[in-house]
Amino acid sequence: MKFSATECLLELYEEKLELEDYQSGVPRWCNGCGDNAILTAIQRLCRDEGLRPEKTVFVSGIGCSSRFPHYMKTYGFHGIHGRAFPVAEGVKMARPDLTVFVNTGDGDCCSIGAAHWIHAIRYNMNLTVFLHDNQIYGLTKKQASPTSPIGTRSNTTPRGSYLDALNPLTVTLGVANASFVAQAVDWIPESLFEIVKAAYHHKGFSFVRILQRCPEWLPKLHEADMQEPDSVQLLHHENALQLSPGLSKVYKNQLRHDPLDMNRAREIASSTDVVPVGILYQNREIPCYEDTRRSTVLRTSDTVRKGFEAELDKYSV
Amino acid sequence: MSSQKPMKNAGKRIEKIVDKNAAKTAATPLKEHIVEIISDSGEGAQRCGQSLGSIAARMGNGIWTTEIIPAEIRPPARSVAGASGNRIRIGSTYITNGGDETDLVVAFNEQVLLGRVRAGELKPGCIILLESMWRKHTDINVSMAYVQTHDRLVSAGYRVYEIPMEQECLRLVANARQGKNMFALGMLCYIYSFDLQMARDQIALTFGKKAQSIIAANVTLLEAGHQWAAANLDFSYSIPATPVQQVQIATNGNTALALGVMASGMELCAMYPITPATSASHYLSDVFEKVGGMVHQAEDEIAACAFAIGASYASKCTVTITSGPGYSLKQEAIGLAVMAEIPLVVVNVQRGGPSTGQPTKAEQGDLMTAIFGSHGDAPKVVMAPATIEDCFYSIITARKIAESFNTVVVVLTDAALATSQQPFARPQFNEAWLAPPIDQSAIPEGAKPYDWDATTGVARRFIPGQPGGMHTVTGLAHDRQSHVAYDPEINQEGLRARSLKIAALQKTLMPPDVFGDAEGDLLVVGWGSSKGAIEEAVELLRADGRKVSSIHLRFLQPMQPGIKEIMQRFKQVMTIETNWSDDPEDEIIDASNRRYSSLAILLRSRYLVDVDCWSEVKGQPIKPSTICRVLLAKLKK
Repeated sequence: MKFSATECLLELYEEKLELEDYQSGVPRWCNGCGDNAILTAIQRLCRDEGLRPEKTVFVSGIGCSSRFPHYMKTYGFHGIHGRAFPVAEGVKMARPDLTVFVNTGDGDCCSIGAAHWIHAIRYNMNLTVFLHDNQIYGLTKKQASPTSPIGTRSNTTPRGSYLDALNPLTVTLGVANASFVAQAVDWIPESLFEIVKAAYHHKGFSFVRILQRCPEWLPKLHEADMQEPDSVQLLHHENALQLSPGLSKVYKNQLRHDPLDMNRAREIASSTDVVPVGILYQNREIPCYEDTRRSTVLRTSDTVRKGFEAELDKYSV
Repeated sequence: MSSQKPMKNAGKRIEKIVDKNAAKTAATPLKEHIVEIISDSGEGAQRCGQSLGSIAARMGNGIWTTEIIPAEIRPPARSVAGASGNRIRIGSTYITNGGDETDLVVAFNEQVLLGRVRAGELKPGCIILLESMWRKHTDINVSMAYVQTHDRLVSAGYRVYEIPMEQECLRLVANARQGKNMFALGMLCYIYSFDLQMARDQIALTFGKKAQSIIAANVTLLEAGHQWAAANLDFSYSIPATPVQQVQIATNGNTALALGVMASGMELCAMYPITPATSASHYLSDVFEKVGGMVHQAEDEIAACAFAIGASYASKCTVTITSGPGYSLKQEAIGLAVMAEIPLVVVNVQRGGPSTGQPTKAEQGDLMTAIFGSHGDAPKVVMAPATIEDCFYSIITARKIAESFNTVVVVLTDAALATSQQPFARPQFNEAWLAPPIDQSAIPEGAKPYDWDATTGVARRFIPGQPGGMHTVTGLAHDRQSHVAYDPEINQEGLRARSLKIAALQKTLMPPDVFGDAEGDLLVVGWGSSKGAIEEAVELLRADGRKVSSIHLRFLQPMQPGIKEIMQRFKQVMTIETNWSDDPEDEIIDASNRRYSSLAILLRSRYLVDVDCWSEVKGQPIKPSTICRVLLAKLKK
């Protein structure tokens, strides 16, 4: 049997993958956990974008959210606490042909892995990052996290947490080379999906903070926001996300915001009266570390031999 | 170095005098000599020493050069702790270590010399060529310090020659600080009867990229030093050279390991700056990209290790280079690579510990951490290069082992290897050193990502991009599918497989060579940078009729086969190491509480042989004469 490479490619192109082609196992998250909403949005993204499962890698650290890769029928790397970013950077550096996602939690990213988070923003590698922020440590059974609101009662802060919460949006916007910063909430699936999709399409470090519910440890945290649509402020712009008629009907608190306006983005990120949802900042001009650093030399055994011999010449006696 | 123009006719005048001296009385022949050139930082003693070493190597002499590095970047001028320079052991035959105390020193001031005297680095009666300008220094404190030190050195029996280096250089250049080192090089070329033309060639090579006038100025100073020594010194030596059969290169251990990375087929090195490992990464940063590789300087040691693991997971094996404190920080990530069976090479250029310890000093303190580091049972391969040449080849071997067994390979070098130079046969590039392209073929249906072989524990690694191989690697206990395992039997199976890989590698290793007879009164066991010194001591004692032999272990985990059988053919066995062991002579130390050196503990526990140990942690390589003394004492017991 003979067939040409072109036919193979056509066949590949026509292969249509369904949602179940990206699903693996039964998630062991709690009922009502926001992680389920995020998983649904990302599986839909993979299907809609036709991502090849073998060319897709989900990298995570440790925590409830970091179980994520196990539920995807792609390649996955469930690593160690706080180190998802450097692992993902290594994957992307070595393999620019792979699509790399990072799933991390508020403890994983903003506490034990905070140093890597700051530098990952600066490297601006082409990674799509989801911060599953439930504002509490879940897997270790309810301890205050850096994003827990002050006064949060937990097992390590039985009389309420002592410090103001860290704001992942303002932190990210404060680091050199920030190129995509967005916020989503798990209880508005349509906007969650649109934001996830925009993040995937951005070339660079796309950082999406997702406010998610933890029904087990902080069941009431977002109750008021969910019952009062006006507490959510939807961001829209002709250069960013546009709102569907359906969304516009329910969520009337809307703000036209140019995602290139960094100062305004920082103001929005600092809001305490509303929950901004949408793209706060996007700059497509910031170079990616992997592009800047990749050697232009085509590596063959001959290149290595020549380079090596040239070095030995320098040390000959 | 000098960037100044020579004075008119200076060169001519010297030529004439050198000719006159050509017929001088014959130099005293020597088998070997150890020479040091020391100065304040930035006065060029390093350059002078390196050049002298290269000239000696070109003459066909064996050399071992060691950098003398102050701990600070710019220590104050004329300070006891500020000595910067080079120490070169020059021999008739191949030299394997830095040797004993120094025979001859060139010092640009008496304070840096004092540091060396106090460290016990100078041989009794050592020749000292001392810059004399300080005697007439305008600051009375300086001149008094000089006179006092000078007189004390003379009365202590050192042969002190006061040399007006500054004054002589000022005849030729306006600023003697830049150029005194070449004057000193000229003197040393006279003293050791080195071919002056070879020295001129060396200067041309060293300053090759600079202007012709700079080379000329340095050559003028070189010739002036040579001429001054010929006219004023009452001694000279010749160290007969043994012609070298093969083409050689001379590098330090860090450069050798960087060349090894380049030749090993690895394409990525992730690191974080740390002394004394960083110079390997400096060099790689310069050359790696030319062959399509890259050095990633990460935000910290943990990130460097995790970055390397991520790249290894998705592609070819990578390397991370560090030293003790960085190695400690990487432990959790190393455990992950062991657990997930991701190939990784970790180089630890050991320095003095614990904690920040002695960053610029040599120690073999990390052996236990290398083998047992990381929580739980995290078996990994541990290798230790014994020579500078080994630093090169070990990296190539390490990469092969890491990829063959999908495991972590730790390569332990140390500050002594990192900063010493030795010539070795120029490696002949072999295409088989390089890693094959990564496997992107489809995974057959039913194959599992951890299909551990029942005998060897080895499983085929699935690499992202391989259709049908999708799975999630995890640091959690996992089954053959890489699914998180809750079944106790599965955990047992995974630990067994990862441990078996070490045994499987051991089955491929050869027993170590015995240096000396296969049986006798005393066997010395060493590892790492001490090989040359141990074998030199053993050779000296054997020449004296003692029944001493040695073995040197290049693999610490797994250990090569046959070690127990070798040990059993000797009445006594001991290790010589540069890590801590309690002195049995100490008042409260006895057999029930003595802490042994690392290798001794390993040998005792593995082979049930009563292995003694002797160790020293002075930050310096152990001298052959010290080892001789220790072995003689042991033989008397």
